[in-house]
Amino acid sequence: MSIRTADLSYLNNTTDDPVSRPPLVLGGRTFGDVTNTVCGIVENPRTPPLWYVFFGLSLSLLGVLGAMIAYLIFTGIGVWGLQSPVGWGWAIVNFVFWVGIGHAGTLISAILFLLRQKWRTSINRFAEAMTIFAVACAGIFPAIHVGRVWVVYWLFPIPNQMSMWPNFRSPLLWDVFAVSTYATVSLLFWYMGMIPDLATIRDRAKHPIRKIAYGILSLGWRSSNRHWHRFESAYLLLAALATPLVLSVHSVVSFDFAVSIIPGWHTTIFPPYFVAGAIFSGFAMVVTLIIPTRAIFKLEEIITLRHLENMAKIMLATGMMVGLAYSTEFFMAWYSGNAYEGFTFLNRGFGPYAWAYWIMVSCNVIVPQLFWVKKFRTNVVLLWIASILINVGMWFERFVIVVSSLSRDFLPSSWGYYSPTFVDVLTFVGSFGLFFTLFLLFLRLGPMIGMAEVKGVMPEAHHGRAAHGDYHGDVPTDHDGQIPVKAKREVVQ
Amino acid sequence: MTTPDNYGYLVEFDNVDDLLAGAETVRDAGFTRWDAHTPFVVHGLDRAMGIKPTKLPFLVLFGGAVGLAGGVALQWWTNAVNYPYQISGKPLFSLPANIPVAFETTILVAAIMALVGMLGLNRLPQLYHPLFNSSRFRKATDDRFFISIEAADPIFDAEATRELLEGLDGRLSLEEVQS
Repeated sequence: MSIRTADLSYLNNTTDDPVSRPPLVLGGRTFGDVTNTVCGIVENPRTPPLWYVFFGLSLSLLGVLGAMIAYLIFTGIGVWGLQSPVGWGWAIVNFVFWVGIGHAGTLISAILFLLRQKWRTSINRFAEAMTIFAVACAGIFPAIHVGRVWVVYWLFPIPNQMSMWPNFRSPLLWDVFAVSTYATVSLLFWYMGMIPDLATIRDRAKHPIRKIAYGILSLGWRSSNRHWHRFESAYLLLAALATPLVLSVHSVVSFDFAVSIIPGWHTTIFPPYFVAGAIFSGFAMVVTLIIPTRAIFKLEEIITLRHLENMAKIMLATGMMVGLAYSTEFFMAWYSGNAYEGFTFLNRGFGPYAWAYWIMVSCNVIVPQLFWVKKFRTNVVLLWIASILINVGMWFERFVIVVSSLSRDFLPSSWGYYSPTFVDVLTFVGSFGLFFTLFLLFLRLGPMIGMAEVKGVMPEAHHGRAAHGDYHGDVPTDHDGQIPVKAKREVVQ
Repeated sequence: MTTPDNYGYLVEFDNVDDLLAGAETVRDAGFTRWDAHTPFVVHGLDRAMGIKPTKLPFLVLFGGAVGLAGGVALQWWTNAVNYPYQISGKPLFSLPANIPVAFETTILVAAIMALVGMLGLNRLPQLYHPLFNSSRFRKATDDRFFISIEAADPIFDAEATRELLEGLDGRLSLEEVQS
């Protein structure tokens, strides 16, 4: 299939050469190789045994989630550790955590698309899928938190016999609209991008059920250039729409806090601070998932080391933004001269939840500092461990925000200490079951890499007539430094 | 000169350069009912085929305007007209409080319009198409590039069109597709 040698050093494409851009797909691959690699994962009759191990585990956790939700609904919100003064506990922490993770997909597919970051093509499908599954996990928590789950549809403006409507002046309702719009648009974006790839699977399918299933899903796509023309236009428009959307969603989530008057929440820094944190945690989760996936399915030539290094750089940048936000909060608490603000932040750093605060700072501010060093950015194992620590840190960030502010607000007589119950813990752990179950099913059944887009950034995709101005000037080389025959022709012309 | 049971001709290429040259030839010959089929977006092919810009952006703009108007109207009618109630002394209808929801509905309707409009203009879903009768055509989603000319084209002529297509550089195969 492709040129594979014992020397794997060609898999390292992180060295910058001022003369040529590094290739985004390694191993001297052709278009057909990309199709075979990506479709091969879906078509392989033998699922990797590790997949079954993970799937069994995820399914069990999903069962735990179902049991915990059933227990909650039959018994009541009292099974959680919530009580006065902490009326928002793990459920909201988990909601913000999952929504935040759900930001990387649309960021990669929309913002990096508008910025013409071509390396996104290898990871965008993967990240978009992750986004949708993370938003699905997020959606569960506010829904079950309302207590009377059977009337949760009251959140939406549905005409009813009581002639009652939701209160549009409440940030909590803005959140309903923001998150449901985000889920819908992400789903559209993901599905639309997948249509050509589903058609590829359809055209290779042997089994009649596969032919019918992928045939229906691909809507009869026939790769027509008249269709591609509108497809590209729609993709660009969706990217342009999703870009402000992705920035708005976590801003609106932060309004849930910022619009209230609780010390530590009532601050204008929240929207940008939350968005930076969301991107940070989203990329961390992409890295956490993609490193084992590329190893298990042998995708190192398509999801290259350079892709991972780029994500490490984004984590470094957003981690620094989050660190800046932490210190700005402290500065403003002092500079505002407000006694309650000042106390809240001293309480965060040195009060009963100081342990959570310092876990957050170590994971979110100190760990990403590793990525200043290229050796660490390109060390896959270290990157993977760091990404998990960042996920942990980002969960604790939300815990610190929600719980430390609520547990000690204005009146010392109403202070309290919040602890979760086993139901809180198992519901959160169970939500990982939902996430990974959906994710593993997608890996097995869907095109996890956008084949059409990856092919479009390969050197062979650009015609050789540089005079027309469409050629991007990359001189492609094989991993052994030879300029392929076709590229030579392009250079001569 | 067309045979009624034929959809038209299908020419196969294995690289972008030959496809673009072929598309220019077909375009310059004056065909209108023809198409190119590529596994990914080929830059420069729109120009080589002479495709006019799509009107999709206007549909999306319209969708966004409907979403914005709908979002504002929904909030005004439900909270200030149909069931007015006071919440912490806030006005019944004040734009600042209504911006987030209006923004979200704008994006929502515009995005749905982008997908639905794209599919509608492309006449998709269309699960059957005569081109699917060709077994070679399955490679159009893999690594081959095709040009198809419909027999229904006004200037289509079974002989002359075949000759034109046979003269294209880099042609791998030429096939008559059954309709």
